Amino acid sequence: MVITAEELRLRLGAVPDPELPWVTIEDLGVLRSVFLHDERAVVEITPTWSGCPAMDAICDSIRQVLNEAGFGPENIEINTNYSPAWSTDDITDAGRHKLARAGIAPPRRPAEHPRGATSCPRCLSGGVRQVSEFGATPCKALMVCQSCLEPFDRFKEL
Amino acid sequence: MVVTGTSEGGADRLAGVPGSSLFRYVLYHADDNLILAQRLAEWISRAHDLEEDIALANIALDLLGRARMLLAYAAQLEGKGRSEDDLAMFRSEREFTNLLLVEQPNGDFAHTMVRQFFFDAYQLGLWKSLIRSADSPLAAIAGKAIKETRYHLRHSSHWLVRLGAGTTESRRRTQRAIDGLWRFVPEMFEPDEVSDPLADAGIGACPNRLQPAWDLCVQDTFSTAGLLLPDDPFSRSGGRSGFHTEHLGYLLAEMQWMQRSYPGMQW
Repeated sequence: MVITAEELRLRLGAVPDPELPWVTIEDLGVLRSVFLHDERAVVEITPTWSGCPAMDAICDSIRQVLNEAGFGPENIEINTNYSPAWSTDDITDAGRHKLARAGIAPPRRPAEHPRGATSCPRCLSGGVRQVSEFGATPCKALMVCQSCLEPFDRFKEL
Repeated sequence: MVVTGTSEGGADRLAGVPGSSLFRYVLYHADDNLILAQRLAEWISRAHDLEEDIALANIALDLLGRARMLLAYAAQLEGKGRSEDDLAMFRSEREFTNLLLVEQPNGDFAHTMVRQFFFDAYQLGLWKSLIRSADSPLAAIAGKAIKETRYHLRHSSHWLVRLGAGTTESRRRTQRAIDGLWRFVPEMFEPDEVSDPLADAGIGACPNRLQPAWDLCVQDTFSTAGLLLPDDPFSRSGGRSGFHTEHLGYLLAEMQWMQRSYPGMQW
C-alpha cells in the first residue's frame, strides 16, 4: 500500500456532509488534519454544533474511505479536537458558493460580529425575514423572502 | 469520543487538588446538561407551533452534545473503563449531581421557558469563566458551548419578554412559573467542596462569583418584560450531593430503561 498523506487528505476531504450533501467536510472545515504514522492513519476532525448527529455518520464515512485505502480498523485513529472551537468562518469560499447554489444562504462573516445582510438565495432580494432562529438542523435558521415569498434556510453564524 | 483538546491533560494541572475533584466537577455540568436535554426532549411534537417544536429540539440537541463532550471527558478523567454511555445510563439517582432546577417537570410552556432562561443565563456566565480555565480540555468545551448558549439565551429571554408583556394570562402564568422556580435559584451559586477549590486552582468557576452577572441579566429581562422578582427567602438545594426532588427518579426511569433492560444494546 503506497498512499501519501496528501492523497489521503484529498480523498477524505471529499466526504460529504450527510445532511448537506452538496458540501464536503473539507468545505466545512470539519477535517482538520490527516497524518500517516508508519502504518497508521491519524485523522483529526472538529464538530460543528455540539449535538450535530451528522458527526457520527461522518466518522463512519471516514472509516470507510480509510478502509478502501487499505487501512484496517486497528490502523485508524479518529480524534475529535474542540480547540479552537469550530466557527462558520472555517467554511471555505468554495463551500459558501455550494451552499448558496443549494438554496442555503451562507453564514455572514466574521461570525463574532457579522457584517452585511442576508439575501434570498433564489431571487437575490435583500428583503428577507427570519421566521425562526432554529431550523431543520442545528446549523440553520428558517427564513422567508418577502419578494419571491419562498422560504429558505440560512446557515447560522457560530 | 476521545477528547484531545490539546496536548496538556488536566491531570498535570491539579497540584493541590484531589484527583477526583475534576471528575466530579465535570460531572456536575454534564449532568445539568443531560437532564435538561431530556426534559426538553419531552416537548417534541407537543409545542404550540412547528417552529417552536423545532427550536426546543435543537436546544435539547445542543445540550445533549455538550453533555456527551463532558461525560466523555469525565470518563477519561475517572480512568476506570466507564464510557460516556455508562455514566449516563448506569448511574442511579443518588449518583446524579445536577442542579434541582433542571430536573423540575416541564409544566406549561411558560414554566419551561422560565426554567430555561434561568439556566441559560447561568450557563453563559459559567462558560465565560471556564473559557479561561487552566484545564485545557475544559476550556475547549467552554469555547464551543458559549457560542451556542448565546443562541439559547436569546431564545429564552425573548420568550420571557413576549410572555411577560403579552396577555394577562401569559403574564400570570409566567409570573407563577418564576415564583415557583425561584427557590431553585440559590443552589446555582452555592459554594461547594468541589467547585471552590477548583476555582482557587484556576480550573473551575466559583459559583458565588457567577451570581452578579446572572442577577443583572435577569433584572434586565424582567424589567423589559414587566415581570417581578420574588422576595421569597425559601430555597432548596442538594443536587450537587445527589439529594434530588422526587422528579429525577421518574426522569431517569424513562431515560435509562432501555439500557437497564437490555444492557449494552445498540441501534
